[in-house]
Amino acid sequence: MKRVYAREEFCAGCKLCEVHCAVAHSEYPNDIIKAFLKQKVKPTPRVLVEENQPVSFALQCRHCDDAPCTKACISGAMQKDSLTGVVTNDESRCVGCWTCILVCPFGAVQRDAGGHKVASKCDLCSSNGGLPVCVQNCPNGALVFTDELWRR
Amino acid sequence: MTLSLSTPDFLIERNRDRCINCQVCVRQCANEAHIWDEEEQRVKSDDALCVDCQRCVTLCPTHALTIRKYPLEFRENANWSANAIKAIYKQAESGGILLTGMGNDQPYPIFWDHLLLNASQVTNPSIDPLREPMELKTFLGRKPEKLMVQDGKLVEEMPPQLELEVPIMFSAMSYGSISLNAIKSLAAAAEKTGIMYNTGEGGLHKDLYKYGKNTIVQVASGRFGVHPQYLEAGAAIEIKIGQGAKPGIGGHLPGEKVGLEVSQTRMIPEGTDAISPAPHHDIYSIEDLRQLIYSLKEATQYRKPVGVKIAAVHNIAAIASGIARAGADIIAIDGFRGGTGAAPLRTRDNVGLPIELALAAVDSRLREEGIRNQVSLVIGGSIRNSADIVKAIALGADAVYIGTAALISLGCHLCQKCNTGKCNWGIATQNPLLVKRLNPEIGAERAANLISAWEHEIKELLGGMGINAIESLRGNRLMLRGIGLSDRELSILGVMSAGE
Repeated sequence: MKRVYAREEFCAGCKLCEVHCAVAHSEYPNDIIKAFLKQKVKPTPRVLVEENQPVSFALQCRHCDDAPCTKACISGAMQKDSLTGVVTNDESRCVGCWTCILVCPFGAVQRDAGGHKVASKCDLCSSNGGLPVCVQNCPNGALVFTDELWRR
Repeated sequence: MTLSLSTPDFLIERNRDRCINCQVCVRQCANEAHIWDEEEQRVKSDDALCVDCQRCVTLCPTHALTIRKYPLEFRENANWSANAIKAIYKQAESGGILLTGMGNDQPYPIFWDHLLLNASQVTNPSIDPLREPMELKTFLGRKPEKLMVQDGKLVEEMPPQLELEVPIMFSAMSYGSISLNAIKSLAAAAEKTGIMYNTGEGGLHKDLYKYGKNTIVQVASGRFGVHPQYLEAGAAIEIKIGQGAKPGIGGHLPGEKVGLEVSQTRMIPEGTDAISPAPHHDIYSIEDLRQLIYSLKEATQYRKPVGVKIAAVHNIAAIASGIARAGADIIAIDGFRGGTGAAPLRTRDNVGLPIELALAAVDSRLREEGIRNQVSLVIGGSIRNSADIVKAIALGADAVYIGTAALISLGCHLCQKCNTGKCNWGIATQNPLLVKRLNPEIGAERAANLISAWEHEIKELLGGMGINAIESLRGNRLMLRGIGLSDRELSILGVMSAGE
């Protein structure tokens, strides 16, 4: 399946991926200024730039083949799509028990800061069907969306 | 000293209606002009630290930032400009030489802008480069006095030639003055477009040997990184005598920029200043230069052209004639607008000659002496666009070097702070945090795009003149007319006035 891979040697640490991810998953996905200034709670990015400078890279859900979060989920909200392989959290079923956060080996699941007691994670922007916004907006080509394991 | 009299050069304007406090600007400014105020939970700026590199402006996702010239005015004075006053404040504080980066930015005349190109009308047909073949291929190196052909083959052996698909090369920029990612970008772009890049005096990093056939290796007064494999690695060798931004001064790389890899490449201890002597201490005459040229030719079995790069200075025509007679295959002349990673400000702004005059003088002199065929002429020093190149070739150049233009294609915004090592675009820096901002894959594509774009434009201009091979334009000054120039300038340029 296509996944987002980070090329840490080109990550400038600007966190534009976080900014655009937060907007894409906000109440105003097409208006960055409204998403940040009008929405009551600051939107949460689902990608996080891990930093220990000079090393930095963007990390988001790896959509594991054998995703532990889907097994740990007590309400069946966390599901891996058998066709696309994308792991998503159905927020209407999520009860906010945080077991997924506990078992995720990458620390890629977070609490949603938007007021709902639900888990928040990367959905590969599958709702818009195109390139994930983090990849689209990386100014230095440090994120790639590919179905091949990225090799340097 | 307690109070600094320096005032900011630039004003950072932040549109609060658009700023989302995402802190991208804070993270991208190596000068720390943007600051995150934890208590106020918002971004603020310090104008005094801004150098107008526009990294923040370009990356700001909401276009909330604008940089302006700082509006503070000194009392109007035609003699004492703000720059003149500020320079004195700085030197009164530091007691040091003023340093700067990039090329001469003073308002001297730009002769390219006083030269107009010809086009064909009625009496000779113009050519459409989209429909008809157009030849830009250029060979640099010594050409024989005459050609003898027997059974369809050349009788004499041709001296070694440098083959270019387009008469453009990336000029010498050392590993040290610019980052490895910047060099990788240029090297890969040179390979892609069939041209050359030049190592400068910083040696050849191990990752760059694969670009050998597109590399000119330089031998400068410091001899940094020069060894037999290095000389063998390139397609040509260039002896650097001087550069346009600082004629008479050697290169200077401060020890802070000499990290492990730079030190290995230059073959000097880590952290030591890499100071090239002002002259080559084994070259005090044309005869001495001849010895070095032939030493290098011996070392590479006469298989590679050897060039000599000099800055355009007052006696340039006589000097170039001497260099040709010393056995150089290529003479590269750098005009006073040529860029640099670091130079004393007063040298950069006051020493040297405009490349247009130097080129015309040298080409005329070599022709008069009947030795023009013995060398190829490459010129540099602020070639800004393809029209400048066409004019340079019509004035007599075989090819041009582009340095500043190449760096601009990689993202340089000409803030002239290369010497600080804080290049926010990852070009003129060795700080690993900043270097990785330049992805060489993107850089190579951008630089190669620039070359291809200029290639198309050169063909268009040639076609308009009814010329289908760049060779027919070389030294063809009838294709040029001067406008707004004095008789003396016209005669040095060897062109007629517009209207004639």
